[in-house]
Amino acid sequence: MAEDAVFRIAGVTKSFGPNLVLGGIDLALRAGEVTVLMGANGAGKSTLVKILSGVYRLDGGAMTLAGAPHDPATPAEAMRAGVVTVHQNINDGVVAALDVATNLTLDRLNGAAAPLFFSRRRVRREARAIAGRMGLSLDLSADIAGLSLADRQMVAIARAMSHEPKVMILDEPTASLSNSEATRLFQLIDRLRDRGVAILYISHRMSDIRRIADRILSLRDGAIVGTFDEAPLDYEGAVNAMLGQTVDKRAIKARAATKTVFSADDLRIAPGARPFSFSLGAGEVVAVTGLVGVGKTALAETLFAIRKPLGGTMRLDARAYAPASPGRAIDAGVFLVAKDRASSGLVPDFNIYENISLPFLRRLSRLGVSQRRGERHVARAQIGELSIVCRSERDNLATLSGGNQQKVTVGRWLSQPCHLLVLDEPFQGVDIAARRDIAAKLRAGAGGRATLLFLTELDEAMETADRILVMSEHTLIGEHRNEDVDMDRLLAEVAGRDVRGAA
Amino acid sequence: MTDPGERTAMDVRTDEGHLGKMAPEPPRRRSSVREIAIRYGFIALLLGLVIFFSAFTRGFASPQAAVFILQSVSITGILALGVTATLVVGGFDLSIGSIATSSMMAAAYVMVVLEQDAMTAVIACLAIGALVGLVNGLIICYMRVPDLLATLGMMFLLIGLQRIPTEGRSIAVGMTLPDGSTAAGQFSQAFLALGRHRFDFFISNLVPSSVVVLIVLAILIWFFLEYTRFGRMMYAVGSNARAAEFAGAPVKAYKIWAYVISGVFASIGGILLAARLGRGDIASGNNLLLDSVAAALIGFAVLGAAKPNAFGTAIGALFVGVLLQGLTMMNVPYYTQDFIKGAVLVIALMFTFALAGRAAR
Repeated sequence: MAEDAVFRIAGVTKSFGPNLVLGGIDLALRAGEVTVLMGANGAGKSTLVKILSGVYRLDGGAMTLAGAPHDPATPAEAMRAGVVTVHQNINDGVVAALDVATNLTLDRLNGAAAPLFFSRRRVRREARAIAGRMGLSLDLSADIAGLSLADRQMVAIARAMSHEPKVMILDEPTASLSNSEATRLFQLIDRLRDRGVAILYISHRMSDIRRIADRILSLRDGAIVGTFDEAPLDYEGAVNAMLGQTVDKRAIKARAATKTVFSADDLRIAPGARPFSFSLGAGEVVAVTGLVGVGKTALAETLFAIRKPLGGTMRLDARAYAPASPGRAIDAGVFLVAKDRASSGLVPDFNIYENISLPFLRRLSRLGVSQRRGERHVARAQIGELSIVCRSERDNLATLSGGNQQKVTVGRWLSQPCHLLVLDEPFQGVDIAARRDIAAKLRAGAGGRATLLFLTELDEAMETADRILVMSEHTLIGEHRNEDVDMDRLLAEVAGRDVRGAA
Repeated sequence: MTDPGERTAMDVRTDEGHLGKMAPEPPRRRSSVREIAIRYGFIALLLGLVIFFSAFTRGFASPQAAVFILQSVSITGILALGVTATLVVGGFDLSIGSIATSSMMAAAYVMVVLEQDAMTAVIACLAIGALVGLVNGLIICYMRVPDLLATLGMMFLLIGLQRIPTEGRSIAVGMTLPDGSTAAGQFSQAFLALGRHRFDFFISNLVPSSVVVLIVLAILIWFFLEYTRFGRMMYAVGSNARAAEFAGAPVKAYKIWAYVISGVFASIGGILLAARLGRGDIASGNNLLLDSVAAALIGFAVLGAAKPNAFGTAIGALFVGVLLQGLTMMNVPYYTQDFIKGAVLVIALMFTFALAGRAAR
């Protein structure tokens, strides 16, 4: 490790009860350098971030910041010492009810030095200075509530930067950003790097890492298992170290559909969008890919009757399909594994089996009385099928890791047969091993039904689908069989160029 | 349902399962002192109170005293069971007290002024409860008025409305009507029996009908919430409405039904109140709302549920009844009652949220 490290931690350990989560981490961050920390779910990334930012105390080891010992008891203390953290959940970093200027100067409203009276003019002036330094071009009087997620994050970062930190930690900052928003974030990070801030960047996303990493650390099972800092960076080596296994590059064997299960004709899902048609067959897994915000979720929700199509018709098993509500869609045999399990998938107060049986209570109950024994039986089957790690089907969701919660979400909809299974970003926030478990299960059970996945990550689509459809501007513009895919054409379509006419 | 004993700290996550197997059979978790305290603390406290009062007062440990306690909490208990339904779907109903008094006034009005029989009066009351609940639900679900505000407004409206037909006077047999004539109707004997009849239970004339109604309704709503799919969906709606919608549940319908249940239960409470008093008393029922909400909230602490539940609500109501009865028999002055109820509520809520919250984190 380099001698000129601004921030250095040595032998940091942390356990929760009997679980050793971090088993002696050594790490050094240098000024003006972006260090990327990669790790699967459960590797200990979040715990490490929380120790660095003062949420948790460490059990053993030591941290030094610019030569002085650093052991913050609270997040505020860490911030004052010069270690600021931008957390994954963007809305934790801003106050939605206040305007941009107040948000930028929020930290100055507290503390002994803060003036008693709130001067709008002074706030505006200070905010302008902060925004100017960061090259932030936002209307300072706009309410945060009216800003996009990316703009909110810019505000949170700019505010963090107003403390002139030595170290900045970014915890999966692009998780809810679109590509163009992410690009703006990267430009901001470039600027921070130029100003000599040591940056620790935590991410799953390969595209992010390729763009900004100066150095990569791989974390596995609470230990740093690989350090990569020689240009050109060995990205595959870093992934391998993180997983402890070789990336599976086997192309899947693309299967052909047997009979048509679902078809849509001249479907229109947004005002002004071109109508499109597609059909899905039994036994095939189809992925719709495209950038964030091109209408993938809108299509998924249209199929599940959360939204109404603006035009066109759908047919399921050769009968007209126009469900009035999600309940009707379920009755017709169309299931949706919705995006973002925490907000639209899981019921936090329910245990595993109650979550799995939720949409099927009518089938699983007799005369309106729920049959817990039957529900538990169904849940146990899914726990086994998807290798969900838990003590029993009565476990509370809070005890499960993110990947296992996602398996519960998927398992719920696999627990009953259906005609069309729609999955919207089923691999979001799931490590690669859990992702492979889920993908394998989807492919293995695809027999009697049509399976439609909505995936932003092209790699995920290539890894799981027989056929790949490309979406752009709320319409489908390309189709590829997952065999010797013409990557140039596919990427051009993803980027929004309709090459069907030209090809 | 939720078993806090099975919770582990949020951050102590079992690692991802790569092995394709279920975790080994869990070692039976040793329950810590805190978990036992959360689970059984409140019931132990209730038993402790009963033993304490039995030992230190004369006559507390008698069937009559037990029945008296039940009778004293029967009406608030019924209202509390109704409001539990709205708490389950993540709502709240502040109008229950005024629904109960409106239905009491309506019962008196139907019999005394309109000279109808008991059946008509009961049906009128139930209809009022269902209608108000329905309106509450519609305002909350379709007009997007926050539940507290909608039902607060409804409470105000009903308190005023119930006084209009009689120009602000209480309704009693033989009262003078606004037009100067005398009311000719009577409280029918069948109706009064709802409040005054006592059933034989080992001892003759022991159990008042209001207590029977309370017990029947408690068992009904408990079974409904815990063991039917409708009850389960209501809990799902309360815990994550969007997830319930994505699981195919008609979320608004469940919410509206919860308010209808709450309204009907409150009107049943009002019927019993009218039957007990034998008149439509403007001034009665002031404490109904606060007492019943307190019982439902105390119920959060019972068995460490940390969520609304019918069993807890019933125990919560009983707890308040036991405490007040015992203290009264120990000659604690009546004017301390509200203070004691408030203290119990605050302690129960701290118990629920501090202890259970810590275990979940």
